[in-house]
Amino acid sequence: MGAYRDLLRCSAPFLRNHGYAMIEVRDLTKTYGTERAVDGISFSIRQGEVVGFLGPNGAGKSTTMRVLTGYLPATEGTVLVDGMVVPEEPLAIRERIGYLPESTPLYRDMVTYDYLAFVAAMRRVPVEERTSRITRITHACGLGTVLGKRIDALSKGFRQRVGLAQAMIHDPPILILDEPTSGLDPNQIVEIRDLIKELGEKKTVVLSTHILPEVQASCDRVLIIHQGKLVADGSPRDLQASFVGDARIRYTVLAPGADAAAVVSQHLDVQILGQSFTEGGETTLTLTAAGNRDIRADLFSLAVDQNWTLTGLQVDTANLEDVFRQLTA
Amino acid sequence: MQQTWTLTKRELRAYFDGPSAYVVLSVFLAITGWFFGNALFLHNVASLRSVFNIAPFIFLFFVPALTMAAFAEERRSGTLELLLTFPIRDWQVIAGKFLAVAIFLLIAIGLTGFYALTLAFLGDLDLGATVGGYVGLFLLGTTYASIGIWASSLTRNQVVAFILGFAIIFALYLLDKVTDFLPGSLGVVMQYLGADYHFQNLLRGVIDTRDLLYYVSVMAFSFLMTIYTLGKRPE
Repeated sequence: MGAYRDLLRCSAPFLRNHGYAMIEVRDLTKTYGTERAVDGISFSIRQGEVVGFLGPNGAGKSTTMRVLTGYLPATEGTVLVDGMVVPEEPLAIRERIGYLPESTPLYRDMVTYDYLAFVAAMRRVPVEERTSRITRITHACGLGTVLGKRIDALSKGFRQRVGLAQAMIHDPPILILDEPTSGLDPNQIVEIRDLIKELGEKKTVVLSTHILPEVQASCDRVLIIHQGKLVADGSPRDLQASFVGDARIRYTVLAPGADAAAVVSQHLDVQILGQSFTEGGETTLTLTAAGNRDIRADLFSLAVDQNWTLTGLQVDTANLEDVFRQLTA
Repeated sequence: MQQTWTLTKRELRAYFDGPSAYVVLSVFLAITGWFFGNALFLHNVASLRSVFNIAPFIFLFFVPALTMAAFAEERRSGTLELLLTFPIRDWQVIAGKFLAVAIFLLIAIGLTGFYALTLAFLGDLDLGATVGGYVGLFLLGTTYASIGIWASSLTRNQVVAFILGFAIIFALYLLDKVTDFLPGSLGVVMQYLGADYHFQNLLRGVIDTRDLLYYVSVMAFSFLMTIYTLGKRPE
């Protein structure tokens, strides 16, 4: 299963160019009165991609998802799901989507099993398949122990699992999950994240979050939305590289009597950004390598050649958080 | 259509899983029973007239109480978004909710059938008036229900939904009672628009299409308004 996922990851650039667009959004605008919640967003999601919508609260993530599911009509623009125009074939489209709305609304007065049976019927799972689908999804989501309990008696983690189970009970090719891990404790977040990965293996998944490690952990691709506009689109790695620039290296040596900065710039093609000294005689240089090359080995050899003692070598790769702050500040 | 029925079953179960259905039914039977018993034992009147006279008044409170949660609660808890993104049309969702209330009313009205049976045993039951009364009661109840459901779709607060529903229904109930203060032609219009006026017609034992048309029109109007309100999806 992991191999399949890696294959998907490797082939993502290919799929992006050649794959089948499961979700196609063109110039989507949604206004509430005079307020523009979504302002001219365009993107396309290929079959099998796991895409994260990232943005501060109120950026327009939920609104976009609500338009995708056909819950809200678009003010302007076109949305195609699996080749169908959203307002034209609402029922066929909804059958292909598994949706978990924000804050996981559930009928809390119902017993888990009855609730899943209700959703299966509402999502038009054929009668003869319902029992087996419920059994399978119960197993996959680890709901076996709570099937006979009322939903309002469940912990938040279990309620989230029930929410995921209802979204996937009809085995849809597309999953739209609005903040699937918000409000959970760190252990539950990891559990739910793994569950999404496992169950979403062969599905097109769109999830939203304002938690950065979330997208880095689960998504092939990130769409950063800010004030209703799409401000970035790419893989987490690409975004880091293109928005934050070269990696900074912090190089700490014990170099008695030597001008470390001068020696380093003399031997290696680097740009020294700064230096600092400690009372113990340590020199710390902050530098970037030309062309963003990996020069860690060269730095080590240099220290050996110069008879310095290398006490620290750290590469600060800027993370998605910096990209996010940069784009949405 | 199967999904509509699934929804209806869920709604009915929600009524009967909690205490509310039993409380409402008990109160309804207690009040109608008291009026029936009074007429029968104190005044020696073997008629359902007293029941049919008080029932529309009880429905004024009873029906909005049944419908106030219909959409307001779904909106408050967020399940409306779930419900309306199932592969089902909005009108089917409304129909499912409406059907559940209609069945509940049928149960409530059906339970008063014991009064009719008692009278039948005692010998003197006016069949026409009784059938007319039951048909009228059901139509009146379902008409109130369609209005109550619309009121519930307008807000996320059940109390507001109840008051709004009650206010509209009460206005409809009062319309034909204010005709004395109005000039002739306007009075006739108001009378026709009054919900209780048509009920009184049915109570005479004559099932007239004009009366049926009135109830069906009000229900259709409320239904369309509910579709419109839900279609706007306001937060």
